[in-house]
Amino acid sequence: MAGKVVTITSGKGGVGKTTTTANLSAALAIAGKKVVAIDADIGLRNLDVVMGLENRIVYDLVDVVEGTCRLKQALIRDKRVEGLYLIPAAQTRDKTAVSPEDMIALCDELRQEFDFILIDSPAGIEQGFKNAMSPADRVLIVTTPEISAVRDADRIIGLLEAAGKGPGDLIINRLRADMVQRGDMLDISDVVDVLAIKLIGVIPDDESIIISTNKGVPVIFENNSRASTAFKNISRRLNGEDVPFLNLQPEASFFQKLARFWNGG
Amino acid sequence: MGFFDKIFGSGNKSGNVAKERLQVVLVHDRIKLPPHVMDQLRAELAAVISKYVDVDPGGIDISLSKQARQSRLVADVPLTGAKSEAH
Ligand SMILES: Nc1ncnc2c1ncn2[C@@H]1O[C@H](COP(=O)(O)OP(=O)(O)OP(=O)(O)O)[C@@H](O)[C@H]1O
Ligand SMILES: [Mg+2]
Repeated sequence: MAGKVVTITSGKGGVGKTTTTANLSAALAIAGKKVVAIDADIGLRNLDVVMGLENRIVYDLVDVVEGTCRLKQALIRDKRVEGLYLIPAAQTRDKTAVSPEDMIALCDELRQEFDFILIDSPAGIEQGFKNAMSPADRVLIVTTPEISAVRDADRIIGLLEAAGKGPGDLIINRLRADMVQRGDMLDISDVVDVLAIKLIGVIPDDESIIISTNKGVPVIFENNSRASTAFKNISRRLNGEDVPFLNLQPEASFFQKLARFWNGG
Repeated sequence: MGFFDKIFGSGNKSGNVAKERLQVVLVHDRIKLPPHVMDQLRAELAAVISKYVDVDPGGIDISLSKQARQSRLVADVPLTGAKSEAH
């Protein structure tokens, strides 16, 4: 088996990388794949709490890399679904404890065993990002539809291209259809236009994500919210399926319909 | 832009403002050439070209354009009189 390494990154922090990694990992496992999620945000461990596995950590990524434990010992199995595992980040070390070469060697070993290896990258353009990017077969860039996040995404795409890993696929997170419709938010087409890379998914701003994070149960396990459908669709696209994009438009008002008719469509 | 958009002025909604600002910012982020280096480039370009044709150095316009992820340096060089008519 030759597993695929998918790195989830962004330029700006807080745009939804960890949320995306947790949900895509779970969605792929639900679809029958064997998946391991790696938290590469050393010193700012977070994927464990978003996945709800924080109480089961014994060993972490740095322990594996330094040989303190065997790889198998650091794999935390998620009991909610067959085939889902986590390698948590170290909390008391910093990014220099792991090198890009360590990550490549680790992922080469994991490829033998897993269909998908998802890496949650830290924000920014420094060592942590390089660690997360170097083993990647595919990179997903997360941005929100905001000017600063899109600008930083452009910078990351440039760095990925320079490293021969680019341009990557784009995920637009926290889209608010109501604001787009009023003209007060960058639209999907604006962001895709400006960044000029392929879109792999759009996730609406959805309070069910905050609620599910509070509980440590990724939204994909819980309900049929739009966000969980959006994550499912991205996971299917990662699997090579051709899935049409969700219609995130709110129901049009009479005047908007009239305007569309007047403008020819 | 459609008739209704014109009436209700969606052309200057904050989403459009954001897109326009973003496009300008990204052009500058991507080129990484400070203004004084651009001036030098313009002067040297004028010197080279004027070996072959008469140019108006002040009229040279160097700009950056972007198609997909390919940025492109575009030089618009206005020619003056004599040499250009010599063929
Ligand atoms: N689609 C969404 N709708 C609502 N809230 C969201 C959505 N996506 C993410 N959030 C919230 O935004 C916050 C940041 O998300 P997350 O931790 O996934 O970002 P990150 O990119 O991993 O951040 P960091 O750069 O700090 O690692 C969290 O509180 C999360 O619950
Ligand atoms: Mg994170």
